Amino acid sequence: MSGDERRGRANQRSAAGKGMMANAEAPLPLPDDDSAPYWEAATRGELRVQRCASCRAWRFPPRPRCPRCGSDATAWERVSGRGTVYSFVVVHPPVLPAFAARVPFAVVLVELAEDPQLRVVGNLLDVPAERVRIGMPVVVDFETVVAGVALPQWRPIQESALAG
Amino acid sequence: MRGVAAIAGIGHTEFAKNLGRSERRAAVEAISAALADAGLTAGDVDGLVRFDLEATSEVEIARSLGIPNLRFFAETGYGGGGGCATVGLAAMAIATGRASVVVCWRARNRGSGGRPWAATGNRVGGDAQFTAPYGLLRPVDQIAMIARRHMHEYGTTSAHFGAVAVACRKHASRNPHALMRDPITLEDHQNSRFVSEPLRKLDCCLESDGALAVVVTSAERARDLAQPAALLLAASQGTGPEHVVMANYHAPRFLETPSTCAARDLFAAAGVGPGDVDVAQIYDAFTPLVTLSLEEYGFCAAGEGGPFSAGGRLEWPDGELPVNTSGGGLSEAYVHGMNLVVEGVRQMRGTSTSQVQDAELCLVTSGAAVPTSALLLARA
Repeated sequence: MSGDERRGRANQRSAAGKGMMANAEAPLPLPDDDSAPYWEAATRGELRVQRCASCRAWRFPPRPRCPRCGSDATAWERVSGRGTVYSFVVVHPPVLPAFAARVPFAVVLVELAEDPQLRVVGNLLDVPAERVRIGMPVVVDFETVVAGVALPQWRPIQESALAG
Repeated sequence: MRGVAAIAGIGHTEFAKNLGRSERRAAVEAISAALADAGLTAGDVDGLVRFDLEATSEVEIARSLGIPNLRFFAETGYGGGGGCATVGLAAMAIATGRASVVVCWRARNRGSGGRPWAATGNRVGGDAQFTAPYGLLRPVDQIAMIARRHMHEYGTTSAHFGAVAVACRKHASRNPHALMRDPITLEDHQNSRFVSEPLRKLDCCLESDGALAVVVTSAERARDLAQPAALLLAASQGTGPEHVVMANYHAPRFLETPSTCAARDLFAAAGVGPGDVDVAQIYDAFTPLVTLSLEEYGFCAAGEGGPFSAGGRLEWPDGELPVNTSGGGLSEAYVHGMNLVVEGVRQMRGTSTSQVQDAELCLVTSGAAVPTSALLLARA
């Protein structure tokens, strides 16, 4: 088990314990036949991204075919889980009732280390919104929001190192 | 298709926070007004183009107005990206002989009808499965993500965005139909509360009810009708690679919106350049969309949209490029940009309340950051 996985599992417990986003009314992902492996990997504490088995191009969000070479041969490869904050917003009211207790909160767009075009949206866990900056190095973590559903989330790398 | 079709009639309801009647009634009212403006009747209409989000169907409109034979009906997608596309489709139908008089309309009770994002369900599929669970689900959040990166890369400021809001409100203050007519200052903008940082309340369009319609016919027929025609010099639609609606999270160039594609085709088809444009109606659901569009439609270089938005450059009567001369979605009414099309026609007729002197060419754009569309209107 990797360090990332251990931290991920520890956080799954703490998130559930604090009820930070464990509100059943918050929208949950509805996986489809292309995205299901992404969400299944997240429940195992793994960040996996589609990669063309022929030309090796990464792609996100998931889709049936490689737009670069046209191949349907797809691999779900585990990525390092490291990235940097590419952009972010701080959400203020009005929001869905499920998010009301959290405002103001940051939503970040993270550029993954593997490819500058691999950008994913998430939250920075346990970081006050005013501390979020573009360029912050971050590492993935996993938050179980309800049983069987985990969201890839993010922590600043320095903070993770201290916690570890 | 250059110059083949023209907008011969415009009509709208009043704009209100709560219009007090259904979108269907408002649609019928706006379409009737546009036909009367053109000097036509429902019996002349043989085509309708609607937004796919429109609540009222073509058959309901035809039944209410007594349209005897619809030869052409179609709809455009992507919400506010589809406004100019309705006119473009109508013009194609006319150019190919499929129809002779086509009405395009939008009726929306967005003020009284609630916020679409508030109806987000417990399970979210499609592209939003990767964003909504994180609390990124309002349009303003998606545009704020773009705005923040633009600020980071180019030094664009909140005050640059504020200048767009100030210009629109200044123009609205001269328009008796506009919902918000009290002028605002940059200070008012900076003092307005955050909705999605870096965007503030005054960066956001109005939440309003209203309906608007335009009548499209051949340029030849338009010459004999009641009003001076606004010639359709060109229309375009576009979207680029790796697009996700409302933010290019995964595109090679995050700050490049579908407008880049629509702009390139539009000017190529018209045989003119941005320097020939006298006045522009630029889709303004949020102020940064105007800033980005100024770059993408070529009025300034990439990254210079912020400074170009400021310093009164967008303000009537003396600015380099008066923008949203009726007040736009930020201050007249937010009806998915159909009011921008109508105002473009007024500028070409010479009847705007902030009329640009001797204006001969008007750009109208639909929603940037979604698959979009655009028009170039010319004085007949």
